[in-house]
Amino acid sequence: MLHTVNKSPTERNALESCLKHLKKGSAVLLIEDGVYGAINGTVSTKLVEQALKNYPIYALYPDVEARGMQDRVINGIKLVDYSGFVDLVVEYPNVQAWL
Amino acid sequence: MKLGILVNEGPYTHQASDTAYLFTKAAIEKGHKIQRVFFYHDGVYNSSRLTEPPQDDRHIVNRWAKLAKEHHIDLVVCVAAALRRGIKDENLNEGFRISGLGQLVESGIQADRLVVFGD
Amino acid sequence: MTEATGGIEMEENTSGKVKKFLYVNRKAPYGTIYALESLEVVLISAAFDQDVSLAFLDDGVYQIMKGQHTKGIDVKNFSPTYRALEGYDIEKLYVEKESMEARGLKVEDLVVPVKVVSTAEMADIMQSQDVVVSF
Repeated sequence: MLHTVNKSPTERNALESCLKHLKKGSAVLLIEDGVYGAINGTVSTKLVEQALKNYPIYALYPDVEARGMQDRVINGIKLVDYSGFVDLVVEYPNVQAWL
Repeated sequence: MKLGILVNEGPYTHQASDTAYLFTKAAIEKGHKIQRVFFYHDGVYNSSRLTEPPQDDRHIVNRWAKLAKEHHIDLVVCVAAALRRGIKDENLNEGFRISGLGQLVESGIQADRLVVFGD
Repeated sequence: MTEATGGIEMEENTSGKVKKFLYVNRKAPYGTIYALESLEVVLISAAFDQDVSLAFLDDGVYQIMKGQHTKGIDVKNFSPTYRALEGYDIEKLYVEKESMEARGLKVEDLVVPVKVVSTAEMADIMQSQDVVVSF
């Protein structure tokens, strides 16, 4: 399953809740304010790094760049554009939005 | 693939409509078919004929209408959510149609994927 | 003219396809409209003979609390509607145990019979769906 998260982990518990519900074969895509979950040096970084050990985590690059976070992305998070977003939706058999 | 899109938020206040639009555009460019874009909750405001954003900013309503026209996309606004919020035929922008929630469920059935954009 | 208020709409042939639909509720009632309007989708989907489940987790568990008296805030109390779901053959209501515990809730506090599942079980349920609708 592809899980999208669009809110910042310091605003809402969507990312935290999402990460608790991942299963083998899952991937996470951070979009909109969710890209703040892809950033180094925050209270959520360790949680995300832990998840990265088991699941691919992506961030929507246009959203990262819009927010000036492009030099702070956690090592291991893959950056995609909207085309890559589409590919992920197609690649995974189902998709869930964590709002 | 056939993709269904659900937009839960109105224009400008949330990024949902923007992200949905850019996703939809990318999907079309990759050769996918858009089964329907369904607007629910405040998403119905994306169909208002009356929006007047600043000239130097994107026109979200028109952008959806233009994309729909170019690629024959079905833009559906939920009637119940619309009535609640004062969106009716008389202030509906060209390119959108008002219909029931059944159209959303049908989208889930007919499309290969249903992607949700919200708050 | 617009079409009639969303009722049964089978204009297209849905080819007898039966998909697993999960409606995910993670937000509290009344502070926002998502709980009410998500219920409206669930009710409509009953007409389509799909395999429907509802998930209540995080603050979504508050939606099915007993004892909602909304006269003071002057909004409609829609919690009784959850009891009507059974009449529409929508019986798979999953509530996450950890979410309830974090909020001091017990099954007895809920307005409708539910299946309490762990986070791991909820993850399994989610993974197995065809269509997941979030609000």
